[in-house]
Amino acid sequence: MEREHIIRQYDLELNEIREKLLEMGGKVEIMIANAMKSLVERDSALAEATIAFDHHINHMEVEIDEKCLQVLARRQPAARDLRFLTLALKIVTDLERIGDQCRNIAKRARELNEEPPLKPYIDLPRMAAAAATMVREALDAFVKGDAELALKVCKDDAFVDALNDQIQRELLVFMMTDPSTISRAIKVNYISKCLERVADHATNVAEMVIFMVKGKDIRHTVA
Amino acid sequence: MVELAVNILDAAPRNEPAPAALKAESRNLNFHYGGFHALKNITLPVFDHSITALIGPSGCGKSTFLRCFNRMHDLYPGNRYQGEIVLHPDNVNILDPQVDPIEVRMRISMVFQKPNPFPKSIFENVAYGLKVRGITRRDQVAAKVEQALRGAALWNEVKDRLNDLASNLSGGQQQRLCIARALAIDPELILFDEPTSALDPIATASIEELMLELKEQVAILIVTHNMQQAARVSDHTAFLYMGEVIEFNETKKLFTMPDKKQTEDYITGRFG
Repeated sequence: MEREHIIRQYDLELNEIREKLLEMGGKVEIMIANAMKSLVERDSALAEATIAFDHHINHMEVEIDEKCLQVLARRQPAARDLRFLTLALKIVTDLERIGDQCRNIAKRARELNEEPPLKPYIDLPRMAAAAATMVREALDAFVKGDAELALKVCKDDAFVDALNDQIQRELLVFMMTDPSTISRAIKVNYISKCLERVADHATNVAEMVIFMVKGKDIRHTVA
Repeated sequence: MVELAVNILDAAPRNEPAPAALKAESRNLNFHYGGFHALKNITLPVFDHSITALIGPSGCGKSTFLRCFNRMHDLYPGNRYQGEIVLHPDNVNILDPQVDPIEVRMRISMVFQKPNPFPKSIFENVAYGLKVRGITRRDQVAAKVEQALRGAALWNEVKDRLNDLASNLSGGQQQRLCIARALAIDPELILFDEPTSALDPIATASIEELMLELKEQVAILIVTHNMQQAARVSDHTAFLYMGEVIEFNETKKLFTMPDKKQTEDYITGRFG
């Protein structure tokens, strides 16, 4: 059980930041699912809504940044509190970028929905589900201070990378056999790349969680 | 293709800076105020040309420990030292009853919480220790006083009124005068016992700046209630609790990633 600060207001402030980050994480998770759904179910209205929703995420980034700066300025945090706050400042950037990637996916989905379907989407939804799970688990690990779970997220990135490679190879075959598919294939490829980036952001968060818990920086150590 | 065979986690550390020379160290130091066991087996290094800070809640023993270095406890009956405080490079145990406390105080000087200038002129305050040391030639004394006042960043403010009473100076100036008085005898180690707790933030900043300059010449051991001060100025920090050293570490480590949970609870404001 975590010991409380002598100044209770300090605990309230840190908890508020923790809760805001979770809320933001929950929102980007929904964005990932909706962006994918708008593609698979050819639902352009949902794509529009997803694009529009991104400004909520941007707004939350600014709000959380501001709260972190206030605590840094007023409480002079040290040790685990300092690591938590600097981590929160970085996590919020990764979450915001995930939001951007979802918006990009929704934009391509909106364009693809105007044309005949290229192929049934099998691997892309698998990728999206895996990436969304990574985001959720990275934030769970953050809240619980669970380094094991964070490490699992880092390892799961390989699965998303592998799916991305496979999709690229498949699309290459489409484009070579029928050049009329190139324009659509490029867009699908772009979506796959976006999901791969979402997973990378989740991995960033997980690496930072390991730092917060263990005090060990594992970034840039695995080729 | 370039071979990247080195495993980063296993790679040897790059050119670690050479370990600092020891100026002093306490070895298994125990101290009793009559029946009260105030310091328990304290073994701590004090590195030369660096600032070592002692932090901990009131009554943890940090000031008691600091005062041992100056043999201040000798003044009261019933106080008892066990163990050693060794001063380098000559390896003398300054707690040895054979060692003259006046001799110790010539090598280790002290600055207190509240500025405590003597009821004398600015000049005489600084010159006092020199007289005790047997330096009486007027030009020599004057040169030493100027050097000490410059060292304490006070010279420019007082050079035209050296014969004024020290008590006419502001609190921050008085504290710098006390530092000049401590410097005049060319000490090897200066002890600071909460030197800024009676000063405003600007005067505090100038004393901190001064400490950083002084460590080029001497070793500094400082007791502070202000953890941010320890974080700002010190190179090493010891966290004491109930007469024991809980953790001694590099300051940059102790305030970001302390080894002990108890240290972390204290520096993050979760203690008690």
